[in-house]
Amino acid sequence: MLANPATDTQITHARRLWLYVLVGLIVLFLIAPSLLVIPLSFSDSRYLTFPPPAWSTRWYTTYFAAIEWREATYVSFAAAILTMLLSTTSGTLAAYGLHTLRSRWSALAYAVFILPLVIPAILIAIGIFLFYAQLGLNNTLTGIVLAHSVLAIPLVVITVASSLKSYDMNQEMVARSLGATRLQAFLTVTLPQIRISVISGALLAFITSLDEVVISLFIAGGDRATLTKRMFNALRDEIDPTIASISTLLIALSVILLGISQFAQSRSKIGG
Amino acid sequence: MKSTTISLPISIRDVTKTYGRTAALDHVSLEIASGEFITLLGPSGSGKTTLLMVLAGFIRPNSGEIRFGDREVTLVPPHKRDIGMVFQNYALFPHMSVAGNLAYPLKLRGIPRAEVEGRVARALDMVQLVGFGERQVDQLSGGQRQRVALARAIIFEPRILLMDEPLSALDKKLREQMQIEVRHLHQRLGMTTVYVTHDQREALTMSDRIAVINHGRFRQIDKPQDLYERPNNRFIAEFIGESHFLPVEVRGGTAYLGDRAIRLAEPPRHQAAAQFLVLRPEKLKVIDAPGGADLNVFCGQVKEFVYQGESSLLYVSLADGQPIAIRQAGGSAQRAPLPGAPITLGLAPADTIIVPSDEA
Amino acid sequence: MTTAASSARTEQQGFRQLGRNAAELSAQDRTEQWMLGSLALPGLLLIGIVALAPIIWLFWLSFRNAEGMTLAHYARLLHPSYLITLASTFELSILVTIICILLGYPLAYIIAQARPRIAAVLLLLVLFPIWTSLLVRCYAWLVLLQRRGLINTWLSDLGLIDGPLRLVHNFTGTSIGMVHIMLPFMVLPLYASMRAINPDYMRAAANLGASPVQAFWQVFVPLSLPGLAAGIVIVFVLCLGFYVTPALLGGGRVMMWSMQIERNVSYYGDWGAASALGVVLLVLTLGILWLLGRVIGFNKLIGAR
Repeated sequence: MLANPATDTQITHARRLWLYVLVGLIVLFLIAPSLLVIPLSFSDSRYLTFPPPAWSTRWYTTYFAAIEWREATYVSFAAAILTMLLSTTSGTLAAYGLHTLRSRWSALAYAVFILPLVIPAILIAIGIFLFYAQLGLNNTLTGIVLAHSVLAIPLVVITVASSLKSYDMNQEMVARSLGATRLQAFLTVTLPQIRISVISGALLAFITSLDEVVISLFIAGGDRATLTKRMFNALRDEIDPTIASISTLLIALSVILLGISQFAQSRSKIGG
Repeated sequence: MKSTTISLPISIRDVTKTYGRTAALDHVSLEIASGEFITLLGPSGSGKTTLLMVLAGFIRPNSGEIRFGDREVTLVPPHKRDIGMVFQNYALFPHMSVAGNLAYPLKLRGIPRAEVEGRVARALDMVQLVGFGERQVDQLSGGQRQRVALARAIIFEPRILLMDEPLSALDKKLREQMQIEVRHLHQRLGMTTVYVTHDQREALTMSDRIAVINHGRFRQIDKPQDLYERPNNRFIAEFIGESHFLPVEVRGGTAYLGDRAIRLAEPPRHQAAAQFLVLRPEKLKVIDAPGGADLNVFCGQVKEFVYQGESSLLYVSLADGQPIAIRQAGGSAQRAPLPGAPITLGLAPADTIIVPSDEA
Repeated sequence: MTTAASSARTEQQGFRQLGRNAAELSAQDRTEQWMLGSLALPGLLLIGIVALAPIIWLFWLSFRNAEGMTLAHYARLLHPSYLITLASTFELSILVTIICILLGYPLAYIIAQARPRIAAVLLLLVLFPIWTSLLVRCYAWLVLLQRRGLINTWLSDLGLIDGPLRLVHNFTGTSIGMVHIMLPFMVLPLYASMRAINPDYMRAAANLGASPVQAFWQVFVPLSLPGLAAGIVIVFVLCLGFYVTPALLGGGRVMMWSMQIERNVSYYGDWGAASALGVVLLVLTLGILWLLGRVIGFNKLIGAR
C-alpha cells in the first residue's frame, strides 16, 4: 500500500511518510488539548494530574450546585438563543436583500456587515461598554443580545450570501411568472433551498454568542454575568476544577452542533 | 549525447488498468510506428484519456508494458519520460510569462540561458506568436494559449507528443483552423504523435491512423478512410459519420431485408445472423422509380426537408415506417419535394455496408 | 389621410405611450430597489448603532481631554512602556504567524490532496477547535503547561527534565496557546486556494521535466500564494488585537496592546488613553487588510473571510 503512488507525479506514500507523520502530529496538537479536559473533569483530585488518582463526578455536582454557575449558564444560553434568532432573521434578510439588489450600494453595505469581524473585538467591546453606560444597558440581557448579534450577524450574512451565490435566482422569477408574489416566491421557493445555509448560520450565531468572551467581560456583569465571564475570572484567579466539568459539557455541545452543521451540509450536497 | 532521431515508435503491450471492479483499460495492445500521427477516438469514459495518462506516466497500469523505442518506460516517473504533452485546458503556468512557460522545460534540462532565449524565440515564431514573450497568460485568447501550449510541448524537441483533446475548448472555426495547423506542425517536425479526441471529424481530418476505443478495448484500428468505408461493427459505423441502420438477416452469404436480397459488392464479412444495413446519408441518391437495375432501391415517403447551408437533409420514412436521412449538396426549400410525396432512393452496392452489432 | 400616414401616427402615439410607461416603470423599479434594500436595514442599523457609532465616538474621545481638543493621548503613546507593549504585541503576532505558516501549510496541503472522505474528516478535525469555546482551549493549555501540569509531569516521569519547565504564565505559554487558536484560520484559506489549483499544472510541470520537489516549489507554492497571503493576514490581524489568550496564559508578563486598552478602561478609567490605543490598533488592522486587498484583489478578500 505504501508503494502506491500518492499523486499524479508518482511519488509514493512511502516517500511521503514523514509528511503524514508531521501532519498527524499537527492534528494531534489541534485536537488533543481539548480532549484531555474530558477525563480530567472526572478526576477526584483538586490538582489536575493525569491520569487522575480516582474518578468521580464531584466537579459536575459542584457546577450544578453553585447558584452563580447556574445563573451564568441560564444567562449564556438565553442570550445565545435570542442572539441566534435575532441574527439569523436580520442576517438572512440582509443577505437576500443585498444579493437581489444589484447596485453598487450592496457592495458597500456588504463591507459594513463584514466590519465587526475586522475591527478588533476589544475595541468593539469598550465602545459598546461606553455606549451602554449612557443608556443603562450594561449588565442586561437585552444589551448582551444586541452586542452578541453585532458579532453574529456578519457570520450569518456571509454564510447565507455564499449559498445565494450558487443559487439560481431564476427560480424566483419562474415562481412569480406562475403567480406568486415576491414574498411568496421567497418563502416557498428560495428559502427551502437555502435553508441549509440558514441553519448553518444560525448554529454559528448560537455558538458565537455562547463562546463570546471579550465583550461579555465588559457588559455582562453582576446578575447577568455570562458563563464565559465567570469562567474567565475563575481561570484568572485560580484554576477551579469545576471549569473542567463545564468545559466537558461545552465540548460535548460543540461536537453536537458541529455534527449537525456538517450533517446538514452534506445532506444538501447529496440532494444536489 | 543527444540522439539524432526525431521520433520513436511506441509499443503498448497488454496494458490493463482497473478501478475497483471496472476495467478502464482491458488488456490493450497497440504498436505505433515512428513518426505516426495516431488518434485515440472514443466516447467519454471509453478509456482513451486513461491510456494517454498511462503513456504520460500519471497513471500506473495494473499490468502490461509500455516501450518508447527500445526503452521500457512502464515504471519510469513522468518527469523522466522526456515526452511532450498538451493538456485539454493547456495548463499554462499563470505565474510565468509566455516566455517563462516556454523556457521552463529548457531550464529544467540545464540548457544555458543564451541558448534558451534563442529557442524560445524560434518556438514563438513556429506558432506565429512572435513578440508575445513578455505577455502574461491571462492576456492571451484561447487560440493563442493553445499555440503557446503546443510550443511549450515541443520546444525541447521530444520524440513523442501526446495531446489530450487540445482543441475542445476552441470554437468551431478556430478548431478547424488549428486542426490543420497541428497537422502541418506534425509534418514539419515528424515526432510520433498520439492524439485523443471524441470528435470523429477531427480524427478523420488529422490522423494517419485512428484507434477507436470503447469500454477499455480497441474496437478497430485503421486508416481514416478504411474506418469510414469499412466499419467493423455497428458501434464504429454509428460513431464515425452519420448513419441509419436497417436490421437485416444474413443467410448463406447474402443479406436479406425482409424478403428482399440486398445487392452487395462483396459477401458480408461476418457470419452472425442478425446484422445491420448501414445507410450513410450522402451515399443515398434520389432516383426515378424504378431506376437502375443494379442499385439497391428503397421506396418511401418524404417527411421533412432541412436546409443546412452547404448541404441539406431530406428525411424520408420507408415502407415499414423507419425514418432515414439523405444528404444532398446544396438544395433549396422551394424546390424540395413536398412532405407526403412518394420518393425512391438508390444505394450502389459498392456503398452498401453490412455490419454486425457491437458485441462482435 | 393616407393609410401610411395614419399608421405612422399610431406608431408615434404608441411610442409616446411607451414613454409614459417608462416613468412608471422606473418608479416601480425604484420602489422595488428600496424594498429590497430595506431588508438589510435592521442588520445595518444594529451594527451601525451598537458597534460603529460608539467607535466613532471613541475616535472623537481620543482627541479630547478635560481641557478640550488635544493630541496628548497620542503623544503619551510614545512613552517607553507603550512602545514595549507595541513591540511585544508585534513580536508575538509575528512569531505566531510564522509558526502557523510552518504548521498550517503541510496540513492544508495534505487535506487538499487527500481523497474526499479523508479530507472531510481532516477538515472536521480542523473545524473542531473553532467550534470549541476559546476559554475551554485556554483552560486545556493551562492544565497542560502549568508547573504541575501534564507536560511537566510526563517529562519528569520520563526522566527528561530535572525541574518543571516554565511553560505558562509567560511568553512561551501564550505563544503556544495562540498558535493553537490561530492555526485553523491559517489552514482554511490555504486549503481553499490549494483546492482551486488545477491538477493539470502539476502534471504539466512533471511532464516538462520537473521532479516532484521541483514541481512543488516552482509551480505549486507560487499558485498557493493568494491563500497563503490571506491566511497570513487573517492570523496576523487577529493576533494583533487578541485579548483572551494572552490575558490568561501570559500571567501578567505578556502585555499586549488589547490588554493595555482593557487596563486603561477598567483600572484607570482613562478613556482618552484607551481610545487612542484603540484607534491606533484599528488603523493598523485596517491598513494591513487594505494592503492585502491591494495585493490580491478586494473581492477575494471578502470571499476569503
